[in-house]
Amino acid sequence: MLDLLSGFITELRNAGLPVSLTENLDAMEAIKHIPMEDRDAFKYALAATLVKNNSHWRSFETVFEVYFSLRGPEYAIDGDVDADEFWREMQEQQRQGEGNGGSGGMEGLSPEELMKILMKALMAGDQAMMRALARQAVQRFAGMEPGRPVGGTYYLYRTLRNLDLEAMLEKLMEISRQEVSGELTALEERLERDEHEDQIEKFKQEIEAEIRRRLVADRGVEAMAKTLRKPLPEDVEFMHASRDEMQSLKKALQPLTRKLAARLARKRRHGRKGPLDFRSTVRHSLSYGGVPADPQFKYPRPAKPELMVVADISGSVAAFARFTLMLVYAIQGQFSKVRSFVFIDGLDEVTEYFKNTEDISVAIHRVNTEADVIWVDGHSDYGHAFEVFWNKFGKEIGPKTTVLLLGDARNNYHASGSWVVKEMRQKARHVYWLNPEPKSYWNTGDSIVGEYGTFTDGVYECRNMRQLEAFVEKLA
Amino acid sequence: MTHRFDSVQIVREGLKNVHYLADDGIAGVVFLADRLAKPVLVEGPAGTGKTQLAKSVADFLGARLIRLQCYEGLDESKALYEWNYKKQLLRIQADRKSDSWEDVHDDIFGEDFLLTRPLLEAITSEDPVVLLIDEVDRVEVETEALLLEILSEYQVSIPELGTIQAKQIPLVFLTSNNTRELSEALKRRCLFLHVDYPDMEREKEIVLTRVEGITENLADQIARIVRSIRQLDLKKAPSVSETIDWARTLVLLGIEHIEAEQAKETLHILLKYQTDIAKAAKELSIEK
Repeated sequence: MLDLLSGFITELRNAGLPVSLTENLDAMEAIKHIPMEDRDAFKYALAATLVKNNSHWRSFETVFEVYFSLRGPEYAIDGDVDADEFWREMQEQQRQGEGNGGSGGMEGLSPEELMKILMKALMAGDQAMMRALARQAVQRFAGMEPGRPVGGTYYLYRTLRNLDLEAMLEKLMEISRQEVSGELTALEERLERDEHEDQIEKFKQEIEAEIRRRLVADRGVEAMAKTLRKPLPEDVEFMHASRDEMQSLKKALQPLTRKLAARLARKRRHGRKGPLDFRSTVRHSLSYGGVPADPQFKYPRPAKPELMVVADISGSVAAFARFTLMLVYAIQGQFSKVRSFVFIDGLDEVTEYFKNTEDISVAIHRVNTEADVIWVDGHSDYGHAFEVFWNKFGKEIGPKTTVLLLGDARNNYHASGSWVVKEMRQKARHVYWLNPEPKSYWNTGDSIVGEYGTFTDGVYECRNMRQLEAFVEKLA
Repeated sequence: MTHRFDSVQIVREGLKNVHYLADDGIAGVVFLADRLAKPVLVEGPAGTGKTQLAKSVADFLGARLIRLQCYEGLDESKALYEWNYKKQLLRIQADRKSDSWEDVHDDIFGEDFLLTRPLLEAITSEDPVVLLIDEVDRVEVETEALLLEILSEYQVSIPELGTIQAKQIPLVFLTSNNTRELSEALKRRCLFLHVDYPDMEREKEIVLTRVEGITENLADQIARIVRSIRQLDLKKAPSVSETIDWARTLVLLGIEHIEAEQAKETLHILLKYQTDIAKAAKELSIEK
């Protein structure tokens, strides 16, 4: 047990979760009080002692599933069994498990009958039944063989394709409609749909869990944990984020901006020291009969910076630009003014899009669809874009302005136009360049970030949320 | 040391008796907090019953709830203890001649002159108490350090008096709205509990227990609508307390079955931003 737990904790650390020694000890203490057979309670006990940040919950859950998924009562492992034998044993148990599940030997069912049972289970929200069905479905459709070097997603895809849950949703809706014998109102329709989608989602999770269980049995815990290891939301790279990761990034962005704003506001308020304000002290002394009993100080009021964001939104770096814009606008209260420009080879101002809406994602959508950023061929041309920027907006850069340039500086071998950056720096308070590429890629191929970089106050690597957050905090 | 709870199940039942519906995670962590004698850090969106949890646990144990509301600028004289300065002054002036310097000195820094504040009160109390440190994320990072000694050792050190040990170990709950990252030192000393919006079944149960005179049918419908609304991309998703408010409103209006029209008219109880209301109305196709 201790070995298992320490392996588990090592894996958590590998996944990036900060688990300290005391937390480790707490976890050991905690599981003394919770029986391991109660899996949910066991999971929560470990989570309460080891995971101290909600955004790490998903990573924790994955690792937990891998390490403890085989340790439910129905999967007792006795000693060292080699993979093949274990595999056969599992199949055996499968069959028994289903027998006990009350479904009465699903082996013999035809696919149509299976679908019917599934439909019923989904209608009734019967968890036990769904679990048994998920097992059956994986066994039937996934075509898993021990030692086959394919990822779990492949099996998932195969299973789901055979089940065709989309059609299932429609069928379920059909049944709901029949049940009330007549038309559903729009509201009811929506509610029913959500209900069914929820059930189907649960079923999908059962299937995923089942596949994972089998893979773990096949390949062993460590190997599985390694393949499933996913970066924490704050470490996901903008440039290679999948759609799911983008979603979770978006979710992580909101609390982050709130924290950032609170922190910046606090920073502005505190730690102020100033020289004596003689005039004010004398005025206040009048109420004490001329005795300067209440000295007044001149607190510095740091000016909020004015921000100009100039972002490359061509394909490769679009996600990064979107995120930075979102972050900047979410904390725009910390800046006296924010103006934003986007370009590919042409340049357009998009400040208006953000002004007229409360919803940042709407504005971002408009940036993507409406902004006029293509001049010739729609390949990044920093040189031209900068020149346009300088000619149109250059005079609006003042000594309070901070200019943020976002992009990978992959210029497709066009003229660099780096003189613009040089000019900017002379007029502006600061010019920073944020590059979403890893530092080792800079100045390779057509990237000329070094050439621009010499004229800025600093080039920063911003590959993930953590780095972006650190930079924004420094900025405001 | 005796334990307060025998099993997770008992915690759950007990909380249910005082109208707090805990899920597995919540009951499990409360149980562990007692067994490991560790504070619980409760985090989650506003209005999901974080503070209520502490109150309910106190209620269930029949313990006194001592509450420390945190705010910016909280210091030890408000959180831990303070010397009763006026009383000390009176003591010194009362008999100026008779006492020697040592006597007075020892005397005025005695327990008689100590004003206990919530934290000290919690650990010196004889009867069982539950300590609630509310919205701990509002204090500055430096002030957090005040809490560390009491959270890990259950003791308070007063320079003039020495260390005061806890007479009994209280159950401690800290709540946080997550407006800033709490320090590692604090997190390490606590069990962590994230309270999220409940799933549909639990929300329905909550509405049923919390709102008087509501029919099962209506509660079910409410829970479903709220779940659908939470799935939208909103500025502020409706919290449990808002759901309860909404349910009460509907009961007061004598509505048995929610129609689109009524839902639209009362949405503003559930959602607090105009853009959110418009979005929800559109998405639920209340507006055509």
